[in-house]
Order: sequence, then C-alpha cells, then structure tokens
Amino acid sequence: MSIVVILAPFSLALALIGLAGFWWTLRHDQYEDPQGDASRILIEDPEDRPL
Amino acid sequence: MALTHRDPPASDPISDDAADGADLSAYLTPGASGLSRLDLLVSGAHCAACISRIEGELADTPGVASARLNLSTGRLAVSLHPDGDPRRVLRVLERIGYPASPYDPGSVREAQDREGRELAMALAVAGFGAGNAMIFSVPVWAGLFGQELGPATRTFMQWASAGVGAPCAVFAGMVFFRSAWKALRAGRANMDVPISIGVILTLLVSFQETLLMGRDTYFDAAVTLLFLLLIGRWMDHALRRRARSAAADLLALQAPSASILGEDGAERRSPLRLVRPGNRLRVRPGERIPVDGVVETGESEIDYAILTGETTPQAVHPGVACRAGALNLSGLLTLKAEAASEDSTLARIARLVESGAQSRSTYVQLADKAAALYVPVVHTAAALTFLVAWMLGIPAREAVLRAATVLIVTCPCALGLAVPAVQVAAASRLFRRGVLVKSGAGLERLAEADHVAFDKTGVLTEGRPRLLNADPADIARAAPLARASSHPLARALAEAAGEGPVAPGALEVAGQGIEARTGTGLMRLGRAAFVGAPLSGNQTELWFRDADGALFRFSFADALRPEAVGLAGALARRGLSASILSGDVEAATLRVAGRMGIPDWRSGLTPQGKVEALEGLKGAGHRVLMVGDGLNDVAALSHAHVAMAPGTALDASQSAADLVYPADHPGRIAEAIDTARAARRRAMENFAFAALYNLVAGPAAMMGLVNPFVAALAMSGSSLVVTLNALRLLNGGGR
Repeated sequence: MSIVVILAPFSLALALIGLAGFWWTLRHDQYEDPQGDASRILIEDPEDRPL
Repeated sequence: MALTHRDPPASDPISDDAADGADLSAYLTPGASGLSRLDLLVSGAHCAACISRIEGELADTPGVASARLNLSTGRLAVSLHPDGDPRRVLRVLERIGYPASPYDPGSVREAQDREGRELAMALAVAGFGAGNAMIFSVPVWAGLFGQELGPATRTFMQWASAGVGAPCAVFAGMVFFRSAWKALRAGRANMDVPISIGVILTLLVSFQETLLMGRDTYFDAAVTLLFLLLIGRWMDHALRRRARSAAADLLALQAPSASILGEDGAERRSPLRLVRPGNRLRVRPGERIPVDGVVETGESEIDYAILTGETTPQAVHPGVACRAGALNLSGLLTLKAEAASEDSTLARIARLVESGAQSRSTYVQLADKAAALYVPVVHTAAALTFLVAWMLGIPAREAVLRAATVLIVTCPCALGLAVPAVQVAAASRLFRRGVLVKSGAGLERLAEADHVAFDKTGVLTEGRPRLLNADPADIARAAPLARASSHPLARALAEAAGEGPVAPGALEVAGQGIEARTGTGLMRLGRAAFVGAPLSGNQTELWFRDADGALFRFSFADALRPEAVGLAGALARRGLSASILSGDVEAATLRVAGRMGIPDWRSGLTPQGKVEALEGLKGAGHRVLMVGDGLNDVAALSHAHVAMAPGTALDASQSAADLVYPADHPGRIAEAIDTARAARRRAMENFAFAALYNLVAGPAAMMGLVNPFVAALAMSGSSLVVTLNALRLLNGGGR
C-alpha cells in the first residue's frame, strides 16, 4: 500500500503539469487563430534550412 | 504618432479616385516605439498560400513594419512606420486579390474574450479536479462493495480526494458563486443559487464526514457537477461569441463617413459624427445620403427603398430635401447638412427600436422557467429530508448528509445542459446552411411563431430592378450605351444584354440619362423627356433613341426571388399564416402578393405603420415572425415576437433581428423554423428526462439509498443522455 504514497502525488504532479500547460497556452493566445496556425506550418520559407 | 497621418500634406503624391481618397487615419491605433497599428478585415483568404502571399507582399511594402493575418477570423493586423500609408496597404491587398476594409476593433470584444478565458480556465480546473479526485474516490467506492478497505486507508483516500477536489471546486465554482450572489443581492433566485448552495453544503458535509472518519464523502461529486455545468456554460458562451463577432464584423465594415467640402472647395472624408448642420457635403452616385439635408447643386434620382420600401426612384434638384440613408443613383450632388447624424431620420428610427427592445426583454427563456420550478421544489425536498429524518430519530449528522445528497443527486446538470446543448447543436446546423443564430432565446421564440410578416423590397424581391420581357434585338441596340452608365436601370439593361462593346465617348447627363455621338447621329438612353419620348409618368422605365431617331421603351420591375414563390405554401404546411407589410406603392405590392398567393397584404406603410400593423396582429393573438431588411423595418423587427433579416440587410436591421439568413434563399426561413421547432422538442425531451430522473433519484436520496458511487454514476449518466439527445439535431434528426 505504501507505493500509493509515492504514486498518488506523482500522478497528481503530472496532471498539474498538464493543467499548467493549458493555462500557459490560454495566456499566450494559442486559441486565437487555430485555422491559421494549422496552415502556417505548410508555408515554405525560403530561408528555412535544416540545422 | 498617428497624428502625423491625420492631415496628409497637400502635396501628397498619391492621387486617387474617390474611394481610395478616404482618410483612413481614424483607423490607426498608436502603438509602441512609433509604430501604429491598422486593423483590416480581409475577404477571400482561406489557405496557407493566402497567408504567405498577403504577409509577404505587405512585408515588401514600404512603410510596413509587420503584418499578421488571423485566418480563423479574416482579421489582418498591420504595423506601420510613421511614414507608412494605410491607403497603400489597401491598394497592395486589392492588387493581389484580397480586398480589405479597415475596422475599429472595439473594446467589447476584449472584455468578452476575458469572460471566455475565465470560463475555459474554470472548465480546465474542474476537469482536472474531477479526474484526479476520482482517482482517490474509486478505492473508497470499492470499499462500499465489500472490497477490503480499512478505515485508516479510507480516511487517507478521503483526505487526498478533499485535497484535490475542494480547491478545484472552489476555483471552478467561483463563476456560479459570483452569479448567485449577484442574483441574491438583487432579490432574485437564478439557477446558480441552488448550484452554489449544493456545492458549498456538499463540501462542508464531506469535510465533516472526513474529520469524523465517516463513510460517505462527495468531493469528487461536487467538482464533477461543476465540470458538467461548466461545459454547458462554455457552449452557451461559444454560441454567443460566434454570433456577436459576426455581427461586429458587419458593423465594423459599415463604418460610415461623409465627404465634407471645405471653404476652399477642397473635399475631406470625415467620420459621420463630425458632420455639423450647415456643412456642405458631396454625395457621389452610388453613395448614401449621410445626414438629412437640402440639395444645393446637382440633379439626380434618389432611391428611398431602404427607408420606405418604395422601389421607384425620386427625382431631386436644388432645394429638395433628402433624408439620411437614401441612395443617390445618378448625379453628383452637393448637400447642405440640416441635422447632425444623431438628429437624423436614422436616429428617430433608432428610438423606435429601443422601445421595441424593451418590450421583448420581458420574454422568459425556457431554462429560466425550468429553474423557477426546480429551485423551490428541490430546496423544499432537501429541507423536508432533513426534518423528517431528524424526527425519525436519525442523528443530525446523518440527516444533514442526506439533505446534501438530495441537493447533489437531483442534479441540476441535466437541466443546466438541457438547453445550451440543444441550442448549440441547432445553431451549428443552421450555421452550415448560412443562417446565423444571434441568441438562443431567439431560437425559442422562433419555435413559437405562428404568423410571418414579410417586408417586400429586398426580402421577397431582389430589391433591384430587372428588365421585363423585351425584344433581344432592341436590347442589343441599347446595350452599348447602357454598359457605360452606372444607373441601376441601365445596369439592369446591361445585365440582360450580357457582355459586349461599350459605346465610345458616352456622356452621362446627371439625373437625365446617357448619350453618345456616332457617325450618323446622337444616341440617347434615359428618361422619357431626355430622349424626347411621350411622358408616361412611369419612372421604372427607360427610353432609348438610336442614331436614326427610332424610339424604344424598356420597362423594369423588382423581380421576385425564385425561392420566395413557394414560401407561402411551405409556411402554410407548417401551420403559419403570412402577410406582407410593405412601404411600397399598392401596385407593386399587389403584384408580389398575387404571385406568392398571400391574400393579406398592406402597402404604403410608414415605419410607425408597420409597428402598428404588428401590434394589431399581436392583439389578434398572433406570435409574429417579422422578416425585413430596410431601415423602415427596423422598428417593426424589434417589436415583433421574433425577427429575421437577410444577410444583405442594413447593420441596424441585422442587429435588431434574432436570426440572419442568406438573402438569396428566403426558403431557409422555413428551414430555420423547422430547426427551431426541433430544438424546442429536443429541449422538452431533455426536461422530461431530467424530471423523470429526478423523480427516481430524489426520493432514493431522501431515503438514504444513495451512496457517493451511485451519485457520481447517476449525475454523469444523466448529463450524457441529455447531451446525446441534443446532438441528434446536428444530423438533421428531429423532424
């Protein structure tokens, strides 16, 4: 049973990371233009070279 | 910084035609480090190539610091250097095929976005809390079903569940607590009151149980309840936001302005609100009269269709008064403004609208009706549970627990989701058909309508003249002259003739017609007097005299929209009667009424007259759907039980309407009624289900038969059923 003491906080921490991530996306206008963001990845920038 | 743009120097090298000469500085917002921002609405952009084309071209335009297109909304934000010229930006966009118009990004949208974010965050926190509190609840539930679970472990799990669930419930619940508090302070009870009481009481009782090492705690139930309710709130908000941003786009596009003539004769484009009585204004053919005024110079014809519904243009000459909103058809006019824009005819109509909006605000929505029933019943049941259990000798602690269970298990979530889920599904279905639903309440009222009152011009008819049957040879003869003119009748003639040559050297005579000299003589197209034909008094006709002096007559009429013909029948099959309320003359109205088969029609109505006609229908017990597009309909639209406007209508009409449909498809009115009625049926089914569910769950909770596991299952299950039932609407089900 003692494993619960480790696993429970661990799973909570993981979930909290997800929540914090969502909060960050919300704060940084990630939902303002979903259609544009999906399209922008298709734009070929001539200056883009593999690193 | 934007000040440098306000007065372009007289030596401005850019010489443009009138439309381009507009002063756009009012749309510039000063930003950081000397840059100013220009907000544009771009049409036609819909793919990745469009983004790179627009942003790339603008990046190469001198004076532009940066440009970013929002593909989802079609909004383009351009950052300009102090020497940047907004007109150049517009010209670049025009050239590459994406016509744009500037708009004023209001503060309304930003405040609303904040509300959306708050809801999204509350929803995320509630979702997190619901999932994670349940991790600890599942072992406790297992204990309820005979699995091995010592009291110490159970209490540990309960504390863990409390640690996750309670803070999340408090955070996510703030939306409801605030709204409930506001309602209570105003002496009302809305749906948020029982929700708030239920959640707070549940949390308190659960803490007490945990402290006393009791068996049943409801932390996960409280936060799941909030999660489900927030989904409903979020859907409601998304529906309103989509409608509002579409409406805001339309408003922003119709930014009104006027050309004021200065003392020196120079012309400047100014916002409408800056026009003062006594200003001299220039109105070009094709422009609207900006404020009420008197013609000083120029002759033209004025189209009052949008103000009065009358399709026949009226001739104006110096000394004649024109009303704001009317369309100048043929000649260049100079007006002397007689009223500021807020004193114009438009503003008087706006006041009529306000009185209508007040009368409509008394409508009680379905969900509120349900809440009014639900709130007292559930609270009485919870109070009774406590009292009866206590009198039966059950310990007070157990009795309070039972009362809290009643509150939480009778689940306002099914009720809270019942209506928003249905409305979102119905609005999405209509949106795909081009019909914009502006409010859920409008949809509910549409379902109740039993009579449709139509405006004629622009709704049933196309609102512009069409050539009546004429000899193709005659049309071909007059077509070259007609193509050179911008007058609506000539344009209708040109449209009937199709592509072809334009008469060389054609000269437009303001308010009269158009002429061209050929090798053999003078050709003229225009009014009877201009051409030298016998006067008939009929203004919806055009005369043509060819080079040999032969006369031809062309008659025009406002054509009925094809879909409108069967509309009366379609409505009758749905049990709705119809009538026409038109501001146009009797003959034109009678013709349309005859074609449509609507015996009940009235013509020559003023805006006030339309309102009175609606009041008469209301007095006869009808719930009237008003369909109109013109300014003369705005007052009637806002007085009707429910209102629809075509997409081509004025912004004022669209904002007074509950639904906006594509103008070419009046048949969608009947479709919208079908969907509204289906939505109403779905909502009623949902209420019936919620009531049935509560009839079972309520008494079970009162008798203490419900444990936390049953509560969680029942709550989520009922919400799911309600939502799935609503989704049936999406695929056209529910007929």
